[in-house]
Amino acid sequence: MSQKQQESVNQTYQKFAQKQEPKIPVAANCIKAFLIGGAVCTFGQGLRSFFLHFFNFNEQTSGDPTLAVLILIAVLLTGFGVYDNISQFAGAGTAVPVTGFANSMASAAIEYRTEGIVLGIGANMFKLAGPVIVFGTVAAFLIAIIKTIWMQVAGG
Amino acid sequence: MLQGKQSWMFTTSPSIASTGVVGGPFEAKGNVARDFDHLFDDLWMSETSFENAQKKLMEEASTIALSKINKQPEDIQFVFAGDLINQITTTSFACRTLGIPYLGLFGACSTSMEGLALSAMVIENNGAEYILTGSASHNAAVEKQFRYPTEYGSQKPPTAQWTATAAGFAVVGRQGEGPSMTSATLGKVVDRGMTDPFNMGGAMAPAAADTVEAHFTDLNRDPSYYDYIITGDLGKVGLPLMKELLREKGIMVTDEQCLDCGTLLYKEDQKVQAGASGSGCSSAVVYGHILNRMKNNEMSTVLVVATGALLSPLTYQQKESIPCIAHAVAIEQKGVGSS
Repeated sequence: MSQKQQESVNQTYQKFAQKQEPKIPVAANCIKAFLIGGAVCTFGQGLRSFFLHFFNFNEQTSGDPTLAVLILIAVLLTGFGVYDNISQFAGAGTAVPVTGFANSMASAAIEYRTEGIVLGIGANMFKLAGPVIVFGTVAAFLIAIIKTIWMQVAGG
Repeated sequence: MLQGKQSWMFTTSPSIASTGVVGGPFEAKGNVARDFDHLFDDLWMSETSFENAQKKLMEEASTIALSKINKQPEDIQFVFAGDLINQITTTSFACRTLGIPYLGLFGACSTSMEGLALSAMVIENNGAEYILTGSASHNAAVEKQFRYPTEYGSQKPPTAQWTATAAGFAVVGRQGEGPSMTSATLGKVVDRGMTDPFNMGGAMAPAAADTVEAHFTDLNRDPSYYDYIITGDLGKVGLPLMKELLREKGIMVTDEQCLDCGTLLYKEDQKVQAGASGSGCSSAVVYGHILNRMKNNEMSTVLVVATGALLSPLTYQQKESIPCIAHAVAIEQKGVGSS
């Protein structure tokens, strides 16, 4: 079979397979993500108000203990092996808030603990979270440059 | 002997003298739990790593297979086995324990039938009296290598499959009372350019169809010869695709005739998306559940088509498509039905 014929056979199959594939329920997933993600954020807001009213925190600083508590809960749920089950249901609802970031680090740390503290946990903890930090920093850098140039041109 | 392009006919009826089938806690809650010889109630299996736990699955399955026919490792000439972990190290460690001359196989999830076909061929030609063959997979060890960390909260699509924690080993010997191998067809690498590692069934279906078609062409048979055609781990997504591909080629398999180990292993409510996968899936289901059903006279002639996706995390990251393979072995229970 020539390469062209092979490609056509491949494409025919890929289209056929795609047609038979069970579809990802995007709409239902979005609704679930919205509800669960919203619930996580509402809970976070509740925590923030709690720290604001009952402890010595102000509007700016009350976010810190709130994040710490959410991270702690996410890490504990990861360790107990239930976070991934919640995520299968909630999708982006548990991935987008700070809990998703905590889960990505805790799950990688748990996964590689049999390879030792340095080469296992240390080397792999940021396996999933690493790209977020890298591209977050790169994006911040680019935006900062654009802002600086803009200020020079327009604001000068 | 060679028949047609890629098939072997076995005339001396090399047979499966004994099997050992073990699984993990999730399989214990599954659909065919009764067909396992031993089920571990903990994923760690008292080992220090999941890779070692997979080694333990292999050792345990081998030991059970040998003990059922009162054999010692020194009674077995060769072991043909493999798994999915890098450089099939867990198989090598298990074979270090066994101390039997060893050939490591890699056919991903098709390893079970690759090993069985080779064992039957060597026994047929008097290369050995007994050969131990089989494969294993461990959910946490395999997912760690191929996918995200097991506790990472990613939402799996409905085409994804669940790596089985299981091992199945068989002692293959000369003609005996057990079910015997009558023919085998070795598959070639088939790649239809599928790239999604969360849809292995869709990627492997063409390889399965290719091997089944070659089997019927080489042996000049049609599907009615077999009670069942049993695929390895095509799952809910891949199995209908294979049936469709075969029917397009004029090989009219029936829906009742086609079973898949990946859909047999777990119950509906176990939330494994499209079904089970892993090199332990077909070996455990065939050497346990299927052979038991043959012994109970529920089946007499089956064609087992174990399917393997020969990808690695590296090839996936480099945007390569998924090369797939399937090997088929015909197993027949003598004295039952007609053949």
